Amino acid sequence: MSSIPGTTPPLLQVEGLIKRFPARGGKTVHAVEDVNFSVKRGTTVGLVGESGSGKTTAGRTLLRLIEPTGGRAIFDGTDIFALPDKEMRAYRRRMQIIFQDPFSSLNPRMRIEAILGEALDACGYPRGSKRKDRVNELLSLVGLQPDHARRFPHEFSGGQRQRIGIARALAVEPDFVVADEPVSALDVSVQAQVLNLLSDLQKRLGLTLLFIAHDLSVVEYLCDEVVVMYLGRVMERGPSRLVYTSPRHPYTKALLATAPIPDPERRRLHVPLAGDIPSPINPPSGCVFRTRCAHAIDACAQTVPTADHIGGDHHVACIRHRELAEIS
Amino acid sequence: MSDLAPDTILSVRDLRTWFKSRRVIAKAVDGVTFDLKRGQTLAVVGESGSGKSVTSLSIMGLLSPPGGIESGEVLFRDSKGVVHDLARASAREFRRLRGKEIAMIFQEPMTSLNPLYTVGDQIGEMIALHERMSHAEARRRALEMLRHVEIPDAANRLDDYPHQMSGGMRQRVMIAMALACNPSLLIADEPTTALDVTIQSQILDLLRRLQDQFGMSILFITHNLGVVAEIAQDVVVMYSGRVVEHAPVVPLFRKQKHPYTQGLLACTPNAARDLSASGERKALYSIPGSVPPITALPPGCAFAPRCRYAIDACSSIPPQLEAVGDHHLSRCLRSAEL
Repeated sequence: MSSIPGTTPPLLQVEGLIKRFPARGGKTVHAVEDVNFSVKRGTTVGLVGESGSGKTTAGRTLLRLIEPTGGRAIFDGTDIFALPDKEMRAYRRRMQIIFQDPFSSLNPRMRIEAILGEALDACGYPRGSKRKDRVNELLSLVGLQPDHARRFPHEFSGGQRQRIGIARALAVEPDFVVADEPVSALDVSVQAQVLNLLSDLQKRLGLTLLFIAHDLSVVEYLCDEVVVMYLGRVMERGPSRLVYTSPRHPYTKALLATAPIPDPERRRLHVPLAGDIPSPINPPSGCVFRTRCAHAIDACAQTVPTADHIGGDHHVACIRHRELAEIS
Repeated sequence: MSDLAPDTILSVRDLRTWFKSRRVIAKAVDGVTFDLKRGQTLAVVGESGSGKSVTSLSIMGLLSPPGGIESGEVLFRDSKGVVHDLARASAREFRRLRGKEIAMIFQEPMTSLNPLYTVGDQIGEMIALHERMSHAEARRRALEMLRHVEIPDAANRLDDYPHQMSGGMRQRVMIAMALACNPSLLIADEPTTALDVTIQSQILDLLRRLQDQFGMSILFITHNLGVVAEIAQDVVVMYSGRVVEHAPVVPLFRKQKHPYTQGLLACTPNAARDLSASGERKALYSIPGSVPPITALPPGCAFAPRCRYAIDACSSIPPQLEAVGDHHLSRCLRSAEL
């Protein structure tokens, strides 16, 4: 896809991303297969899926925290997958990650100022009093106090630790941040604080976010666009509004239908999606979702469905999406 | 002590479970009271540190030092109609009741199963412990249970080891084991928290169907209000070791009285409420601060420092659990005016 004159190209364009891991007995784990999507500047894209969908692997290969097997990731005009390590370092400053578990992602023996200082070192920030100011600035950016700088991670609650993780990611002034399930380890009453902070920081700093999550309501709230993954492949992607109000892929429909609704008078009566996610070592032929799909036909086993553009940036990878749309 | 209403299977009365060290006392559960009716599901909701899991461990007699029941009663009516006070039951009495009369399923099915034995052996062992039957009979019962929990191709899965199964299948095995001796009470401690949403809905659906079939009562411990709405008839909301609100499920979701419950419901994103017509994000309602450590609770109402309605009196007078409606209790000084 080339950019049309007059429109800004996306900050990140992912094309044909593949990540395979070797497994025992010469087998291969197909963690991510032919994933395509783009992230426009200043927007938030949600990558959703169940465990084993490949969403975390996809996020990490984009930062080359794990090396991709194939595909391209065009970041601001450069294919970062093709860069030698040395040149990649410069790009790492512009791409950061916030991890899920704020308990294991902060070194327990380091004070907060040292944790943030390490990130500042990485971008060659000078030492001295200016650095102290920068640490204070980062802490206040995420809603913490300057006197927190001298403390250790264990002195903080889960929500505060996640704020520190966010401050560390933002220390090098990145353009692009991958947030990998940043609130799922937090208590419900604290999740909203962190979501508000992320939403606020994105607006203030003009960040571009890739938000990886399994919680559909969080993604709907926070993300401009959503990419729905299943067993390493993209099932459906598009503007959140379209995907949530008129899902076209049977998997997206099932996922939305099974999320529990906090309303006792709207209880569901049946389970729309049976069975388990198959093994990525031996994924089903054709459409990977067909073994659990209520609408699967013989043809679904024959070919891997391509992503059909159905208007308004909305893409769906299902050979039957047109006839299914007519039925419903 | 046997003044237990005939339709009540479990009555927890003013239960206090404390963890004592030389220097501090952590009042993990501090005066919790609730009743569970036969054949019904009661959900205990709370965040980490609320005391919900310690409540369930106290009922099961699974506390270990320095934790122990300080005072209170846990009355349980077994299938023969005999009432036991589990807060004072001996190890021997518990051995007879656990598994047979009261069963428990946990959050992480992998760590609750023995990796070295097949699932058939583990279910069979459980049955053989409580009922006199041959190995072959126990195996037949195990198979029957695997079919009840809808494990596909059950006859072949009987000889599988836990690692050969998915998370959802393992939780089904745990449920099969828990229900093998037809207990009258099932305690489910966050049974779907580690599972994906599509699998979670399968397990909730299964529990509902098995409850119809076997008639057991369920004490369901969770932090997820969406799950509560799906499965419970009655809800207890806990905060810092105390019950802050107790109501049937519909009034709890329709007109919750306690500011903490209101906050919990308001801070889960809801597109219909939190996105404007043009898709603009409104800031989410959030509860400031975090859950206080159980060893350093503020005086007065434990939730007061985070409460938007708190007045001076809230930080000095401990509120009592008071009736605010039909079968509806709330622990808030201001429940009448709010």
